[in-house]
Amino acid sequence: MHHDLALQQMSEDDDRSPPLDLRCASINKTRNCSGGISASGSSTSSSSSSSSSIPVPVPIPITEYQSPYPDQVLENVLENVLHFLTSRRDRNAASLVCKSWWRAEAMTRSELFIGNCYAVSPHRATRRFRRVRALVLKGKPRFADFNLMPPDWGAHFTPWLSVMATAYPLLEKVCLKRMSVTDEDLQLLAESFSGFKELMLVCCEGFGTNGLAFIASKCRQLRVLDLIETEVTEDEVDWISCFPEGETCLESLIFDCVECAINSEALEKLVARSPSLKKLRLNRNVSIGQLYRLMIKAPQLTHLGTGSFSSLEGDPELDYVSAFAACKSLVCLSGFREIIPDYLPAIYPVCANLTSLNFSYANITAEQLKPIISNCYKLQIFWVLDSICDEGLQAVAATCKELRELRVFPINAQEDVEGPVSEIGLQAISEGCRKLQSILYFCQRMTNAAVIAMSKNCPDLEVFRLCIMGRHRRDHVTGEPMDEGFGAIVMNCKKLTRLAVSGLLTDRAFSYIGKYGKLVRTLSVAFAGDSDTGLKYVLEGCPRLQKLEIRDSPFGDAALQSGLHHYYNMRFLWMSSCRLTHRGCHEIARAMPRMVVEVIRFEGEEVIDEYVETLYMYRSLEGPRHDAPEFVTILRADG
Amino acid sequence: MERLVKYESDDLNLKATELRLGLPGSDEPEKFSSRSNKRASPEISQESKSNSSVSYGGNDERDSAPPAKAQVVGWPPIRSYRKNTLQAKKNESDGAGMYVKVSMDGAPYLRKIDLKVYKCYLELLKALENMFKLTIGEYSEREGYNGSEYAPTYEDKDGDWMLVGDVPWNMFINSCKRLRIMKGSEAIGLGCA
Repeated sequence: MHHDLALQQMSEDDDRSPPLDLRCASINKTRNCSGGISASGSSTSSSSSSSSSIPVPVPIPITEYQSPYPDQVLENVLENVLHFLTSRRDRNAASLVCKSWWRAEAMTRSELFIGNCYAVSPHRATRRFRRVRALVLKGKPRFADFNLMPPDWGAHFTPWLSVMATAYPLLEKVCLKRMSVTDEDLQLLAESFSGFKELMLVCCEGFGTNGLAFIASKCRQLRVLDLIETEVTEDEVDWISCFPEGETCLESLIFDCVECAINSEALEKLVARSPSLKKLRLNRNVSIGQLYRLMIKAPQLTHLGTGSFSSLEGDPELDYVSAFAACKSLVCLSGFREIIPDYLPAIYPVCANLTSLNFSYANITAEQLKPIISNCYKLQIFWVLDSICDEGLQAVAATCKELRELRVFPINAQEDVEGPVSEIGLQAISEGCRKLQSILYFCQRMTNAAVIAMSKNCPDLEVFRLCIMGRHRRDHVTGEPMDEGFGAIVMNCKKLTRLAVSGLLTDRAFSYIGKYGKLVRTLSVAFAGDSDTGLKYVLEGCPRLQKLEIRDSPFGDAALQSGLHHYYNMRFLWMSSCRLTHRGCHEIARAMPRMVVEVIRFEGEEVIDEYVETLYMYRSLEGPRHDAPEFVTILRADG
Repeated sequence: MERLVKYESDDLNLKATELRLGLPGSDEPEKFSSRSNKRASPEISQESKSNSSVSYGGNDERDSAPPAKAQVVGWPPIRSYRKNTLQAKKNESDGAGMYVKVSMDGAPYLRKIDLKVYKCYLELLKALENMFKLTIGEYSEREGYNGSEYAPTYEDKDGDWMLVGDVPWNMFINSCKRLRIMKGSEAIGLGCA
């Protein structure tokens, strides 16, 4: 499935523990908050707010702070013990105990997670953490996926790579999300790290098959090459043929998002000489006939993306059923990009083993789904198009008692069309899938009653994202706003950490979120709320809030002011098409010198009135970035 | 001689916007007694006929698709890769949109729309009405949007502000840089032939 454990960790938010705050650096300028330990040149790993401290302008070398009675044995023991500490939150906590723990932790942290590439500089990160083997780096905010951010905003991988090329020669693994990556970057990466093993690029862009060719040909130890929802330009390079001859170490090859033709003969040979290959996700240029030939060479696969799942002219009629039957270890199935439903029965042999099934590109009906889903009793993750209608969801609810994650995407992503799924499907899922933890549901109409039912039936919900596509839609049965439904979710789902709201919502809905959403870390708001009060409820009520993304909602400067106590604890705040003024944003910048306050406008447009088109702000140890394009204005604290 | 002419609400009002040679005033000017929801121009009527079987994404099998409502940028929040992948089977057009900003006098923030989604002025104006919850009057070549509270205008490549509807549709979408819905009183100076 898309979300391996590593990716799940990537999408998790920051600390659960109450953070140390950078507040004292700014609000209480007279008070010197630097204690003896924290005033050293320690820098914050931008992943967490708990290891914050006030950075001094000149980094102080660690050797100056040796304790008067060095206990080398204790340090060695500590380093050995810390090797077992893998969670970054635990490590952040450990690093705050005292200076020697800070040092030991810094020397033993092997996976570096940077949640915002601009919160800390590559130099600062590499100076503190000396022995990093794996890097996870995230760039643009999520709303960039929906064209709300102009291209070329930033998040370039190059500066990170150029520093790490010398700082981390033993680097093995790089995971990037929403970063801009070039072919030259991929070339440098391939040439700099002789032991490089894993590359995962999620929602990235800026490179082409040229770059992939470098990776394929030069990374002799490559185990994982995963391209997930990433744009790859077609340079007409046959990158598959660039893998070296002989047996490979490949365990995972995921390229279902790559919109280029593939040399299928070269791919067959590659698969045949990759005995460790467990995950293979093909793009939609691979026909079902080609899929067959690949499958019979790799019956050991656990994760398969089937490509187009339709036939080309000249594809013989093959025994697809037996090809699937031979894959006894298959647990995760996706693809079906241009599905011919007649071929669906081929997957019957694997249904009973599937824990993850992605039909979100398959335009199939309820009738076509039922024979499949009725055998998928182990299914935990299911992505699907709303073409299956409420009836299809009822079939899912009837069988998939182990379902943890459901995503229902719209086949017709427009407002004001007749939608095939509704509150009926949601209700059915809530009644049948009691173990549900995560849901993303696109629909045209909904009722509070169904949402309330889900809040009661699915107490394990951690992620609730409901997108009623018509803006400002009411409960279509009662005519009420959707306040009570979302209120019930925050009230009843005690584990809720991520929430996306939609439909007609008044400030009341936000009062519920502020009152009950104590664990909420990520909140997405669009076309909702009545006044500043709504946002105030959230900023004042949600202590764990890390990521707040808001668009087209009537929140203004006063609301923005109400979050001053909290912004240093957050990864970012995004507000576009709201009622913020330049003056209001300037005030924030003045009050919070360690926030980078970006005002983004589109395409050199002049200001309309005094309102800000987009505010994107985030904490940073580095101050304003130097690579901001001309349509980004970074407001200065002294400005 | 001026003559008041009543138009049925489903009349396409062709006469008023007919393109023809002749001096202004050489024919009787017509006044419109009521607003109708149909905007009229010869191009509009022809295009809506020829496009009546176009479906806008999805599994639309009806004969005459209703005009596409305004597509707000980035809404619903689906990644363009997914949107394009599903739509690619239906339309031949590529995913690249023709986004222009739309501002309205008195509204504090802008919208963005994709002009490629619309096939004619009728659809565009309906979409704007829906997006901003207002009514735009009828267009006439002579009088613009006289009589209505709002008038849609656009800035063209040369930086001139024009009345929406003055030029043929294709010329419009290729030259429109942005839209502005003006108060009707301000738009009087524009667009008069």
